[in-house]
Amino acid sequence: MSTGTTKLDVVVSDVVPVNDLVTRFHFRRRDGELLPTFSGGAHVVVEMRDGDRTRLNPYSLMGSPLDTREYTISVRRDDAGRGGSLFMHRQVKPGLEMVISYPVNLFSLDLRAKKHLMLAGGIGITPFMAQTSQLAGVGGNFELHYTCRTASLGTYADVLQQRYGNRVRLYHDDREERIDLERLLSSQPLGTHLYVCGPAGMINWVRDRAASLGWPPETVHFEHFAAPQPGAPFDVTLAVSGKTIRVGEQQSLLEAIEAAGVDPPYLCRGGVCGQCETNVISSDGKFIHNDHWLSEEDHRSGCKIMPCVSRFEGKSLVLER
Amino acid sequence: MAAKTIISRPIYGTLSPQPGKHHLFIADAEGALAITDMAGKAPPGFFDGAEIVFIPGPEGKHAVALEALKPAQLHIAPSFASLLPRLKHTLTNAHMGLRLYLAGTEGLIGQAMQVALEAGIDNTSIETEHRGSLARRVQCVHCKGITENVTTQPATCSHCGLLLLVRDHYSRRLAAFQGVCINAEDRSESPPIEEAFP
Repeated sequence: MSTGTTKLDVVVSDVVPVNDLVTRFHFRRRDGELLPTFSGGAHVVVEMRDGDRTRLNPYSLMGSPLDTREYTISVRRDDAGRGGSLFMHRQVKPGLEMVISYPVNLFSLDLRAKKHLMLAGGIGITPFMAQTSQLAGVGGNFELHYTCRTASLGTYADVLQQRYGNRVRLYHDDREERIDLERLLSSQPLGTHLYVCGPAGMINWVRDRAASLGWPPETVHFEHFAAPQPGAPFDVTLAVSGKTIRVGEQQSLLEAIEAAGVDPPYLCRGGVCGQCETNVISSDGKFIHNDHWLSEEDHRSGCKIMPCVSRFEGKSLVLER
Repeated sequence: MAAKTIISRPIYGTLSPQPGKHHLFIADAEGALAITDMAGKAPPGFFDGAEIVFIPGPEGKHAVALEALKPAQLHIAPSFASLLPRLKHTLTNAHMGLRLYLAGTEGLIGQAMQVALEAGIDNTSIETEHRGSLARRVQCVHCKGITENVTTQPATCSHCGLLLLVRDHYSRRLAAFQGVCINAEDRSESPPIEEAFP
C-alpha cells in the first residue's frame, strides 16, 4: 500500500528515444482529464506488470509542472539491473495502459532561497528539467551545472542550453572537464540553496565539500534513488502476519513481503522517504543496508531495516510486519 | 535560560564554532561572555576570519575581552539601530560560507535574526546563546506598536496604553512577543503587575 497516494490509470501516449541509453515516456489519463498538480522534483512510482511479476520503480517527473495534460519520465537503460528499465525500453509502447502513483516530492525547491544552484550528474538531470521549468515560469534565479560522460549522452543538454543559455554549464567527462567545486561553492551569494542529483559518489562529494565550506545542512538538498540490489536469497519471518517468506535473488525484501500478501506502507521504493521503515524483532546474521534514510547508529543497532533496498545474509531474521 | 512553553517560543543554545569561511558575531552586554566562553573550544586561527559587532549597553563592559580574541574586525556600536545599516550591508555582500552567531538579550538575538532571515539565512542555521536580561520586545496585537524592554506581566503598551498580557507566542518575522489586552471585558479591572522578565 502506498501511503497517502492513490493510483492513476494512465495510457502511454508517446515513447521517444532520446539517445543510446535514454528513452522518454509520456503518460495521459485514460479518462482524458488533467493529471494532478505537481512541483519540480516530484516522482511517480510506475507499476510494471511483466507476466506474473510486478515491478514498482520510482522515476522523476521531467515535464513542466505548469502543464498537467501529460506526465513525462526519462528512463536510462540499465543492462545489469533488475530488469525494470529493460521492461520499459522493450515492452512499453504507445497505447499501453499502465498504472502509476500520484506524484510525491522528496526533492522540492526551497522557495525561500535567493538563488538555486543545481548540480546534475548523468540521468540525475531529470528532476532539474521540471525544477528549471517551474523556476523559469516565475523568474526564479537558478544556475545548472550538468556533468555527463560524452556530448551524445548529455541527455537534454541541448534543450536546456537552448532554453536557458549561459545559466546552464556543461562538463564532459571524455573531455576531462571537471566542476571547480571549491570555487563554485565559495562564490555563491548568501541565501543560495544547493541541489544535487546524480550518482552516489557525486552526491557524497558535493555534500562533504559543502559542509566543510560552511553550507548549513538546511541549504543542501539531494536525491538519490538507490535501485534495490540483487543478492543471495534469504528467509524472513514476518511476526505480525505469521508468515515465513523467501526473498529471491532478483527480488527486494519489500517486493517479497508484498508478494506474500502483506501490504506495508511505502512511497519512494528507493531508500529515501522512510515510509517502509521496519523494526527488527530478532536477527542472526549480517544486514546489508543500502538506504539513505536510517542513521549510521540505526544501521549499527540491527534494530531497523528499510526493506525497499536493503538485504540480509545469515541464519534468521524476524521482522515486525 | 528560557523554558519551552509553546512552539513559537524561541529556545537558545550554546555558541559552538561551525565550519565556514567567515564568522559574524553580533552580541550585546553579557553576550560577550558567550563569545569568550566559545573561544576556548574554537580551533586555532578561528578569529582570523571573524567579525564581532558588539553593543556594550549601559554597563559598558566586556569590550576589552573581545579585543583580546584578536578578531579580524571588532566594531563597537551604541545601539542595534545604529549597527543595522552596517549589518545589512555585510549580509547583502556576503557569500555562502558566512556563519552567524548571536549572543545576548532576546531582543538583540530576535532583531538580528529578523535581518538574517531577510538575507536568506535559515533560522536553524544560526548559532544563538541567551545571556543577560530576560526583557522582551512586545508587539501590541491591537495597535501593532512595539514596546521594547518589557519586564513586567502584564505590561502597558507604550503606544495605545492598553494593559497587555505578554504571551509566549513569538513572531520571528516581527522579532517580538505578542501582547493581548488583559482586561478587554472590563477596563476597570487591574490585575497586579509583577516583575516577570528581569
